[in-house]
Amino acid sequence: MLSITHYLVLSLALFTIGVIGVVTRRNVIIILMSIELILNAVNINLVAFSRLFGSVEGQVFAIFIITDAAAEAAVGLGIIIAFFRNRETVLADEMDLLKW
Amino acid sequence: MLDSISFYFFASLAVISAILVVTRRNAVHSAIFLVTALLATAGIFLQLHAEFLFIVQVILYVGGIMVLFIFVIMLVNLDVAARQMQFNRMWLVALSLSVALGAQVYMVIHYAHSGVAEALFRVPPAPAAALEPNTLSVGVSLFTEYMLPFEIASVLLLVAMIGAVVMAKRRV
Repeated sequence: MLSITHYLVLSLALFTIGVIGVVTRRNVIIILMSIELILNAVNINLVAFSRLFGSVEGQVFAIFIITDAAAEAAVGLGIIIAFFRNRETVLADEMDLLKW
Repeated sequence: MLDSISFYFFASLAVISAILVVTRRNAVHSAIFLVTALLATAGIFLQLHAEFLFIVQVILYVGGIMVLFIFVIMLVNLDVAARQMQFNRMWLVALSLSVALGAQVYMVIHYAHSGVAEALFRVPPAPAAALEPNTLSVGVSLFTEYMLPFEIASVLLLVAMIGAVVMAKRRV
């Protein structure tokens, strides 16, 4: 029988892979994709606990998280396009406009 | 039995494609593997009897957000970036973060299994049809108890839309 531990471990694996991607990659678009992975891992946790307790609140919060992910992707990709126009790069460690 | 098989199938698919998302050099390949990971997550939702979230995941994530990603990958010239070094030298930070996260979740599981909360840590085989008309119960909860957060989320989407248009429109 599947216990909540299975879902916790799956969510932990996806979250950790996402964190590793955010910290180590240089391409900003792939960093944004890793953030989507992290948000998905959180959603798996919420839905698993919603099923465990038989209450719908977890699924409602998962919907809010998906809304947040959509907003974040739209604004983040807009920023990437604006930055690429100015500096011709998508690498995170070359984005040092504020450094002199 | 079928539950376990589908869980392990979707879970392994999600983890493998997540690893491929993070390691591929070409951003288009990463986007395709992210689609696979999101679809596998949708399968996990279906396996947990969250049908409404399954549909939302497929339509919104795979149909909406990923199309946005592909568009931006096409708009931004990635040939130069693909030929450069893909990883920075922060692997030590990443390693310690992963170890810390893993230790936290291990502590949670360990203490939950050893204490009185042990019964709580087991998904009931059939939770007495508590969430049965799934779309209905999610919708009722969303429009009664969570009315204010729902409206705030719509304002958030409006702000994000205006922000994205302003950022992408002209030279800033």
